Amino acid sequence: MTTEAAESVEAAGVAPAADSGFLQRYGGSIEYILIPGAALVGALAVFGGFIALYGKNPLDLYFYMYYGAFGTWFSWQNTLTRAAPLILTALCTALPAQLGMVIIGGEGALLIGALSATSAALALQGAAPIVVQIAMVIAGMIGGGLWITLSGGLRQYRGVNETISSLLLVYIALAILNHLVEGPMRDPASLNKPSTREIGAANMIGTIPGTDVHWGLVFGLVAAIAAYILIYHTTFGFAARVAGGNIRAAKIVGLGVGKLILTVCFLAGSSAGLAGMIEVAAVQGRTNANLAAGYGFTGILVAFLARQNPLAIIPVAILLGGISASGGLLQRRLGLPDASVLVLQGIIFVFVLASDALYGRIGFLKGKS
Amino acid sequence: MADASLGLWTVPLAVFGGAIRVSTPFLFVSLGECITERSGRINLGLEGTLVMGAMSAYGISYLSGSPWLGVLAAGITGALFGALHAGICSLPRVNDIAVGIALMLLGTGLAFFLGKPLIEPTAARLPAIDFGWWSDIPQLRAALRINVLFLIGVAIAPLLYWAFRTTRWGLLIRTAGESADAARAMGHSVLLIRLRATMVGGFLAGIGGSFLSLFYPGSWNEGLSSGQGITAVALVIFARWDPMLCLWASLAFGGAAALGPALQSVGITSGYHLFNAAPYILTLAIMIITCSPKRTLTGAPAELSITR
Repeated sequence: MTTEAAESVEAAGVAPAADSGFLQRYGGSIEYILIPGAALVGALAVFGGFIALYGKNPLDLYFYMYYGAFGTWFSWQNTLTRAAPLILTALCTALPAQLGMVIIGGEGALLIGALSATSAALALQGAAPIVVQIAMVIAGMIGGGLWITLSGGLRQYRGVNETISSLLLVYIALAILNHLVEGPMRDPASLNKPSTREIGAANMIGTIPGTDVHWGLVFGLVAAIAAYILIYHTTFGFAARVAGGNIRAAKIVGLGVGKLILTVCFLAGSSAGLAGMIEVAAVQGRTNANLAAGYGFTGILVAFLARQNPLAIIPVAILLGGISASGGLLQRRLGLPDASVLVLQGIIFVFVLASDALYGRIGFLKGKS
Repeated sequence: MADASLGLWTVPLAVFGGAIRVSTPFLFVSLGECITERSGRINLGLEGTLVMGAMSAYGISYLSGSPWLGVLAAGITGALFGALHAGICSLPRVNDIAVGIALMLLGTGLAFFLGKPLIEPTAARLPAIDFGWWSDIPQLRAALRINVLFLIGVAIAPLLYWAFRTTRWGLLIRTAGESADAARAMGHSVLLIRLRATMVGGFLAGIGGSFLSLFYPGSWNEGLSSGQGITAVALVIFARWDPMLCLWASLAFGGAAALGPALQSVGITSGYHLFNAAPYILTLAIMIITCSPKRTLTGAPAELSITR
């Protein structure tokens, strides 16, 4: 068998065949775009029907969604600003997924990352902004990283299901945040909305020149690309994927599965923690309950829609950032409740999962085999 | 009078009352999940089902004036969500845990969407039975105002225990959960058994939600459920899929969840949020103690993806 034939087999995921037509070669890759795309369209159609039952015109809905997400430069900036934390929280689900783990606690790592970053900034008041910012990045990543490592460690050493433990840790993180923000770390001046003291305007990370989009987007893009290289182009990533495919085989060939799990969970948590740091250093300027805005939960959807591929996460995060950016317009123009974005996200999620059944079953993409 | 003399005794009393009041949703969700998991599938979406149940119960109770119709509506909503979960899971290569996460988001979103107009109005609430008439300590009387749903839940637990052991249905569910091949060999459709088990599980979880909105705390708002559904799912794991243990575990959880408000009522307010997190910390702690990486849990249905 030639290398080319082997490649086409790998790409299409079908039995080897003598002729290598276009579909033969790329049918599998097309599937990865076509099926999620179809799921998205199906979800939008169902959501349109739902809105029609609610007494609104679905065409208006689609128009305002497009307009609010990608219609103007202003809405593009809004979309990209929201995509930044989504890329990072999606990585929190996508990285452990390489090992076959389902981590859904990105929200908790985000909150702990935000708290750690804020603490670092408050401790270093008076230092040069660049020092404070670097300290915030490190603190946020370590805080979030350790939080998810806890889930990974419990799975590895105690056999505790990581899905449930990571979700429980979200509620615990929220309780810790509320406790600190209303108690020990509270700024006495924050009366209506208990918050920590501000990190100071000089320490904010600011926006990309010429735009209103903060630097967090660049952090997200770099993290996604780095994650892609790590998973698909390094020995470490290869080992992780082997362990995810067959844990027993990985143990037989001598891979340290425990170390893999802990490292991957730390990286996953640190990217969600970075999202928390960015929300503090680029948007809120302090830590308070506003940070629990659901980026961690939407990130799960982004990861699944991107089929856990770090590069695919970037466009999907922009798409879902756009959906949430259009929420405000839907409220104002159509009088829809703010939860309509959540409903649409839920419908998309259901469609994407159901569409998993379609892979390898679309006749014309299979080619002759 | 009694109020002052009770002093710190109010705390255990409030925890006791809370154990009864707060445990009811835990009880219904965990019993429902117990049925579903025994059939070999895990439904993480019960968190969403709980919130949907709470919202639909409140809405129907408000519109019809009858809280019991609301409870029924919550059950039916829950069963529909269960059917959706089972329907998607019966497609090939679909992961039941992921579908659960999706339905958690969908249920919460849908409940917030449809429940927006229900935040203001007041719906008819479920009545309570006064078991504390013999006492003249107000706190004790408050603790003993028990809702019928709690009693129903307490009755369902032994009934389920008995049904799993002795009835044909119980055997079928257990067979589907232990070995899908064996059930198939006996000529039964595993998908159908699981569909029914998930629908019944959703029905009970929906009723658990109706308790939240119609009795305690007894109103509809978006912060009504914060993880009770997922805690109850975890609770089934360390209750070892045994309905009677689910009952005791739910009571323990209700007590833990009532600790924060109880301490607050006697003036201990620092760490209020931390005490509120007690059920989650307790769940995690118990899971750490009872789980082991070396063996599968005793009593775990062999087909369950979470234990494999």
